[in-house]
Formats: sequence, structure tokens, C-alpha cells
Amino acid sequence: MSEQQENHKKGILEVSAIENGTVIDHIPPTSLFKVIKLLNLDRTTHQVTFGTNLKSKRIGTKAIIKIADKYCADEEISYISLVAPTARLSIIRDFEVAEKRQVEVPTHVEGFVKCANPMCVTNHEPHVKTRFDVFTRGGELVLRCKYCEKITTQEQIEIIR
Amino acid sequence: MKEKQSLVSIHDFTKEDILRIMELAADFEANPDQRLLYGKVVASLFFEPSTRTRLSFESAINRLGARVIGFSDMNNTSVTKGETLHDTIRVISNYCDMIVMRHPVEGAARYASEVSRVPVVNAGDGANQHPSQTLLDLYSILKTQGRLDNINIMMVGDLKYGRTVHSLLEALSHFKAEFTFVSPPELQMPTEYKMQLYERGISYYETADIMERMAMADIIYMTRVQRERFSDIMEYERVKNAYILRNDMLVDTKPNMRILHPLPRVNEIATDVDSNPKAYWFQQTENGVYTRMAIMAYLFGVK
Ligand SMILES: [Zn+2]
Repeated sequence: MSEQQENHKKGILEVSAIENGTVIDHIPPTSLFKVIKLLNLDRTTHQVTFGTNLKSKRIGTKAIIKIADKYCADEEISYISLVAPTARLSIIRDFEVAEKRQVEVPTHVEGFVKCANPMCVTNHEPHVKTRFDVFTRGGELVLRCKYCEKITTQEQIEIIR
Repeated sequence: MKEKQSLVSIHDFTKEDILRIMELAADFEANPDQRLLYGKVVASLFFEPSTRTRLSFESAINRLGARVIGFSDMNNTSVTKGETLHDTIRVISNYCDMIVMRHPVEGAARYASEVSRVPVVNAGDGANQHPSQTLLDLYSILKTQGRLDNINIMMVGDLKYGRTVHSLLEALSHFKAEFTFVSPPELQMPTEYKMQLYERGISYYETADIMERMAMADIIYMTRVQRERFSDIMEYERVKNAYILRNDMLVDTKPNMRILHPLPRVNEIATDVDSNPKAYWFQQTENGVYTRMAIMAYLFGVK
């Protein structure tokens, strides 16, 4: 095991280790529950452990989520980036980090996110799936609604799953 | 353009689409009696009242030889019984060949265009889009200036909430316009639009003084400064008279300059301007009928 892997393992061991599954690390503490909701972890049958306000060299304090026996779909991973752009994913097999996944920002988002405009049709009409284009504006990630054409900022993102 | 050929947002039209609409509007103006849509039925669905827009569309539909069904407000419709927009549009799109709709909710027209069997023309969805207004504004500019390229346009009034100025700004960006934004500080053009101009390399100038750049303008586009837009009523009282256009202010303006207004006008243009040949807002409404004929004929693919 390399030194880097060793340190990584130590870091994630602050919350009890899992044998197989996914570790999402370096989540900003304020985004923890957004990620939980995004991945439906409040309703899952998988064993989930999480910790928050842990020390992080990269982002000051961080949260971490460990999900036993679950491997995230690419789509789920890209959605994590909307609410927790600093997050890092590790796939665990036999207590070892088998793979690290890059969290990549999607160009489009469907469902999941509520439009911040209270006058938007997606907030008035039942069963309209929200749809957004994602782009950066002044260095910040923003979502433009396909319906009302208004902007939802990263700060305003509310998960509606 | 989209495959089902709806017009929901000015973004649905490319520069080429816009130029084609301009040609067609001129063609309809020269010869308004063209029954190209004879035998068609167009539904005019006004979920909120807007008499001028509705009559302009219905005039255009009639001139094209099509027939109109619809309603002019939500009262006495199934909507008041709680029917969803989805169901209303699904049903009515079985009764007609095209839907023209106005709705107070933003994005309603886009959603309707997704569930409708027939093309949808957005006649205003809340504070969002009103593309036929934008196209008739462009046609008015083209008619009065003989070109759309490099227009010096001064937009005055409520530039923060005014959807007509936002859409016109985006449409004119295809044609390298020069913009002057005149507004009280509370109602300035949102940063988002200024950034779009900046990214496209288009110059703009921002001021609170209506006279500062008036002599350079080809077009003055007036909008109303509404009291309810101000968080601070004292601020409104302080600025309300600064954005009223009077005839004596127009002395040094260019001979080709014309004044546009999306109407209704309340007091932002003094009535003494009406007789000035530079006043153009009433002709602008006539242009609206030809532009709407052009839009519908284009979407139906008959022109
Ligand atoms: Zn929206």
C-alpha cells in the first residue's frame, strides 16, 4: 500500500470502516444532508454511516459518508458534484480503496433539483420534471431552468428526490 | 428551430429565422389579405387577460383566413375547477391546429409545447418571455431605420423587471447593437444580461440621466417605472419624474430617431409627444399584426 493510500485509509477510518461499498469524502459539512437526500440514503436499506465536522486539510472541516455494498451510478456521481463539488469518491473492496472516482459536473440536470423561482411552472404544475442546463458564471456553478429560464445558484440548490 | 415548430422563447429562433420573419412581416404588410391558413383552427388561450395582445393575435389569425376558438380569461373554464395545465393543453390541442397562449406562470408555454400535439406560440408567460413582442419590436426598428445592424438603442425605465427589454436585448445582440441603459439605480439592467453582452463583445453604457446620450440614439425604447417595484417608496418619489419623456426633450435628437413603447403607456411619455413624428408606438401596434401573421405562417410552414 502506498503512503497516500495509507493516509487515505487512516482518514476514512475515523468513521468505522466498511468491507465493500462507497466512501464519499471531503463533503462540505453544510452539504452533507443534501448528498444524503440526493442519493436517497434516508430511505435506503444499505448500511450507512456518516460523520461530520471532521478535520480536513483541503477544506477545513468536512463530512464523510460510507455506504456498504453500494456502488454509485455515473449519473448519481455527477449530481453529487452539484451540491458538493469538493467531494471525492472511493470504491472499497475488501477494506481497500479499489478505485477513486472523479466527481464530474454534469451539463444537464433532470429531476433532483427544485427551481428556485417560485413563479416557475415546475413549482405550480404537478408532475413536471425540472430540467436545467448547467454552466459556470463568474467562476460559480449555476443552473438555468429550461422552463422559466431563470437561474438557480449552487447555494440555492434544493434536492427534491 | 425545434421540430414541432413552437415559438416559446426568442432563443428558439436563430438569426436566420428572425430575418425570415422580418421578410414575411413586410410581405404581409404589403398584402395583408392572404388566406394561407384557410380551414385551420387556432386556439387563443388567455389564462390571464391581455386585451391588446389577444386582439392582435386574433386579428392576425382572421387575416390569415383561419378560425379562432378560445377564452380571454380563466373564469368559467375547467382551470378554475382545478384542472392541470397538462390536461387542459392535451385536450385543447385535439381541437385545433395551433395554440396561442398567455399564462401568468413562468415556463407554462414551454411545458405546454411539450405536452401539446400542435405547435404553441407563447403570447407571454409571466415575467419570462413574450417573443412576438420582441419580433414586432425588431420589425418596427427595421422599418424605421432600414436596417437591424448597428442600431444605437436607448432603453429607459424599468430595466430590471422589464421582460420586453431583456428579450429585445438578446435579439438585438445578433445584430451588434450599441446599448444605453437609462434607469434609476434600483431598476438597473441585471448583471446576467450585461455579462452576456460583455461576452459577445457588445458595448453598453449605463446611466441614470435620460438626456446624457439621447442625441446619439436611433431608437428610444420606453418602459414604465412602476411604484410597486420599489422597496423604498421615498426612492420612487425621488426618481419618478426623471424617466418621463416630454416633447421639449427631443429637440436635439437625430432625425431618424423613433420612440417605441410596448404599451400600455401610463404617464411615462407625456401626451405632447404624441404629435411628434418621432412617436412610433401606435404604428408599432399595427406592425404587431403583420409580425404575428408572419410568425404563424412561418410555423405552419406555409411561407
Ligand atoms: Zn424554473
